[in-house]
Amino acid sequence: MQDNLKSSSYQQLEQKSKYTNMFLRWFLYFILIVFASYFIFPLYVMVVTSLKTMEEIRQGTLLSWPSGLNLESWAVAWGGRGYGAGDTFLRPYFWNSIKMVVPAVFFSTFIGAMTGYVLTKWRFKGDQWVFLFLLFGCFIPFQAILLPMARTLGVLGISNSVVGLVLVHTVYGIPFTTLFFRNYYVSVPTELVKAARIDGAGFFKIFFKILLPISAPIIVVTVIWQFTQIWNDFLFGSTFSFGEAAPIQVALNNMVLSSTSVKEYNVDMASAIIAGIPTLIVYVLAGKYFIRGLTSGAVKG
Amino acid sequence: MKTLKIEELSKNFGSTEVLRKINLEIDEGNFLVLLGPSGCGKSTLLNIIAGLETINEGDVFIDDYNVSKVEPKDRNIAMVFQSYALYPSMNVRENMIFGLKQAKTSKEKIEEQLEKVSKFLQVDQLLERKPSQLSGGQRQRVAIGRALVREPRIFLFDEPLSNLDAKLRVEMRREIKKLHQQLKTTVVYVTHDQTEAMSLGTNIAIMNHGVIQQNDTPENIYNKPSNTFVADFIGSPSMNLIKGNLKENSGDIFFTANGSNLEVPIKDYEFKDKSNLNNKEVFFGIRPEHIFFKKFNETDFEITLRPDLSEYIGHEQIMTFDYANQEVLAKFPSTIKIDLGKETKLYFDLTQASLFDAKTEERI
Repeated sequence: MQDNLKSSSYQQLEQKSKYTNMFLRWFLYFILIVFASYFIFPLYVMVVTSLKTMEEIRQGTLLSWPSGLNLESWAVAWGGRGYGAGDTFLRPYFWNSIKMVVPAVFFSTFIGAMTGYVLTKWRFKGDQWVFLFLLFGCFIPFQAILLPMARTLGVLGISNSVVGLVLVHTVYGIPFTTLFFRNYYVSVPTELVKAARIDGAGFFKIFFKILLPISAPIIVVTVIWQFTQIWNDFLFGSTFSFGEAAPIQVALNNMVLSSTSVKEYNVDMASAIIAGIPTLIVYVLAGKYFIRGLTSGAVKG
Repeated sequence: MKTLKIEELSKNFGSTEVLRKINLEIDEGNFLVLLGPSGCGKSTLLNIIAGLETINEGDVFIDDYNVSKVEPKDRNIAMVFQSYALYPSMNVRENMIFGLKQAKTSKEKIEEQLEKVSKFLQVDQLLERKPSQLSGGQRQRVAIGRALVREPRIFLFDEPLSNLDAKLRVEMRREIKKLHQQLKTTVVYVTHDQTEAMSLGTNIAIMNHGVIQQNDTPENIYNKPSNTFVADFIGSPSMNLIKGNLKENSGDIFFTANGSNLEVPIKDYEFKDKSNLNNKEVFFGIRPEHIFFKKFNETDFEITLRPDLSEYIGHEQIMTFDYANQEVLAKFPSTIKIDLGKETKLYFDLTQASLFDAKTEERI
């Protein structure tokens, strides 16, 4: 009798906790869906609008579905309409940005790896201070250095050029890249360097043969970070370049803001998406490593 | 000719003195163990021998050649590290020949050395593997192999066994011992494990606070510690140091513990200096394993003490006795039954006793 009573009450409890769990689970999904829609909504509007004709935009609502796969606005955004003056389109500026971002990412990553290597494996007197001052670079608001930088570029004769922008982005990337690589190399046992020194390897050989081959995770992190920063930069681009030397973000701004006649929302949206695609691609390709590299850095022999 | 000689070596990191006037010599084929608690400077000394640390004062000689300012790679040494420090991106083969390649050794010579050493260490099946695919013992062997292929004059080992689990550690210890017996190379080996030091070394240098306390054979370190630090550091549990005084009575010398009247005769003890022994404050040192429950030798001294504490550890038991309010530990087989609190007859093997000056803590 008592056993029966007991087991039935256990069953009731079990039932009850089952319902509670189910309710909580659905509630969780509900919240997640709400937030997901909140974040996906602008992208939806952008994509949908870019596929509409101006007629549709004027007549339909913001959320309405386009009548068909109308890619004309994308073509206009990328290649222009083909008539002379005042026709701004993204293609040349896209290549400007590529020409700027590739060397800038390469140099800042490489230099950051070097400084990180020196600061952890070839300690010298005052290295802590050097690192501290480098860290300041991460916190200085970029607006503060616009004027001195403009003057420097002028003296060097590379203002309003892609080369100038490469230099600016390399210099201002170094604090971040150094921080990444230093924190990664701190976890690499210094005994590796000692062993290599006894084996007869020098400063550069140790870096290229021993450390760089095990740095893939942090290189990926640094490249994504630098690529995103430099590609999306507007401030330096708009300050240190104009006209034909401008990077894509500046061109996008000019395109959207300077159109004299009717606002072409579909072209604007297509342009904005084009300007954002490269960073998206980098994230999709290397995002997995990004998370992994940020959270763990340890290399075990 | 000494294979390794260190003269008046001092080293500081900023204002901290790490090594103070170290003098050390090793003959060809000897196995020197640097033993000491952490922070005693033994690893720094090893790094200095390797050339990985600079020297503030003094000199290091290898085969009578002053190498104080010579690069590590040109010192004719090889080193095995605690973390093994195998290059993670290279496989076993590349790891082992990296040094030879740097030294521009000919291809045939490299292959020959690699084959010889990898067969000898039984890693010839592992040559294509990456370090991450090896077990702890295998990594250890590859690390030793990387040192061996260079045929160095001196092997340096920096706590090579402390990353292994207890069982593997004992195995690898035996392998290193065998290796040394076969190759007869000169070895300097750093450890904080006294069993390792005792079982491996032909000589042990015990260090504390950057000073070598005693540099001697394992037997002398154990039986004739030169000061209370060494006496206390070696042995588990460590040597009993009983505080008291010496009395001289018509040529015979006795020890009485503080607060006790019992006179312990000191016979056949090799004093360094026989003068001024009367009323000298001393530590009377006797190891727990030299206190017996039964009389073994004629000369064993009978004493009655009260047991206060018993620690059972399987094959033996460690008993704590009260000797005029000083603790005395003794080690017995665990088959012996002793009642706590009941006065018990014990026998001190006085031939194994040590005496230390209570002020200088040096052996007298």
